[in-house]
Amino acid sequence: MAKSSSPKPVEDLTYEQALAELEAIVSALEGEQDQLEESIKLFERGQALVERCGELLEAAQLKVRQVAGDSIIPFDEESS
Amino acid sequence: MQPSLFSTQQWTVTRLTHYIRDLLETDVTLQDVWVSGEISNLSRPASGHIYFTLKDSSASLRCIMWKTGAARLRLTLKDGMAVEVHGKIGVYDAGGQYQLYADQIRPTGEGVLYQEFMRLKAMLEAEGLFDPERKRAIPERSRLIGIITSSTGAALRDMLSAIRRRNPLVRVLLAPAPVQGDEAPPKIVAALESLNRRKPDVILLARGGGSIEDLWAFNDERVVRAVANSSAPVISGVGHETDFTLCDFAADLRAPTPTAAAELATQITIDDLRAELDDYQTRLFSSTLNLVAVQRTFLSAVSARLRFVSPERRIQSDIQHLDDLSRRTSTSIVYRLQLQVKHIEGTQQRLDALNPLAVLRRGYAVVTRKDDGRVVSHVSQAADEMRVRVSDGEFEVRKKT
Repeated sequence: MAKSSSPKPVEDLTYEQALAELEAIVSALEGEQDQLEESIKLFERGQALVERCGELLEAAQLKVRQVAGDSIIPFDEESS
Repeated sequence: MQPSLFSTQQWTVTRLTHYIRDLLETDVTLQDVWVSGEISNLSRPASGHIYFTLKDSSASLRCIMWKTGAARLRLTLKDGMAVEVHGKIGVYDAGGQYQLYADQIRPTGEGVLYQEFMRLKAMLEAEGLFDPERKRAIPERSRLIGIITSSTGAALRDMLSAIRRRNPLVRVLLAPAPVQGDEAPPKIVAALESLNRRKPDVILLARGGGSIEDLWAFNDERVVRAVANSSAPVISGVGHETDFTLCDFAADLRAPTPTAAAELATQITIDDLRAELDDYQTRLFSSTLNLVAVQRTFLSAVSARLRFVSPERRIQSDIQHLDDLSRRTSTSIVYRLQLQVKHIEGTQQRLDALNPLAVLRRGYAVVTRKDDGRVVSHVSQAADEMRVRVSDGEFEVRKKT
């Protein structure tokens, strides 16, 4: 369950992390909940996570890299 | 023997030719035959049919390939070319000639490759390398997709553009490898190993179309075994729809083309992710609004109880308990309820500050039941009479039965 004690700033979360936390928050809110104050915190956090995910979806750009020996280097599609 | 002048049976040329034709065309062997030889007298008139003679050191055979077969031909015929021709023997009545009606032509040597293909396939099949139980499911939601193909081929461009179009959130890791020639098999095996060390969710092994020799690296035993033993599931996308390689049998999933392989690796698209996010947002709002409604109901119940146990009423009813009551006030249920109501009012205000109305102005509506005022967030909660709250007011609706 996503605890509101010291959550990571949403800007630092990957899409998968943000979505997983959002999923947990929605489940918690849909379950038995009578602590209104806690619920409001969760709601606010959930809103921020929705925004974060939306931004990441809009900004998504395919990242292509390639294996070169033991290291990984960027792959330049233009020159291929 | 002296021929009889008055034979019992008189043949016309046509009848005799038809008789011979029937003999040849009812012979099972002659109707499904591969013949190898060298092409000569190749001619391709405007009709689109192909005529040639197939020769070896001591015999020749007239051949014809109809336009429809010629259109499917994958190699360019030349005089002197050594080929294997498949077809059936028939008779050309007007010319008095038997000839081979060809439907397939392949370069000599392909037959040998095919034998080798079948031998290897049978052997690996017997080992269980192609067993359906070995096939693993392709993850719906891959985050890292490994690709093995030539870094300069159209196959790579096709795959990248398919992935980019469907889900650009994915990361791609390319392990370039030559996809034909003698050096291809060990390089492909090495690419599989180095990709697997990076633990991708799935690996695409692909190349564009080509002749059976071009695709041969994908029938190499070393490559087939490496595909079967890959830790990450493998999707093969080699050649065209009609090409089958042993890698296709060993892979967890066979795609007809490189593009199709990329599509199978991105089953969840960015549109699906958008819809999923919208759904979470809706649920986030409706569950929170529902909690508010529950708290509101609780609040009015508490207020009613508060009025019922009001000190005034008690004082009126039993003034003798006044002292006792005053002493107990600080710890009484009254006091605690007042505290709780204050607390609820406080959070209520905070909630109002969040202002679900802002949400309503964006086009959401809150549906509540008329009887108990609960928010309807699931179909099962719908009542006969409901209120729909929108940004500037509310109206009642009746559920259609």
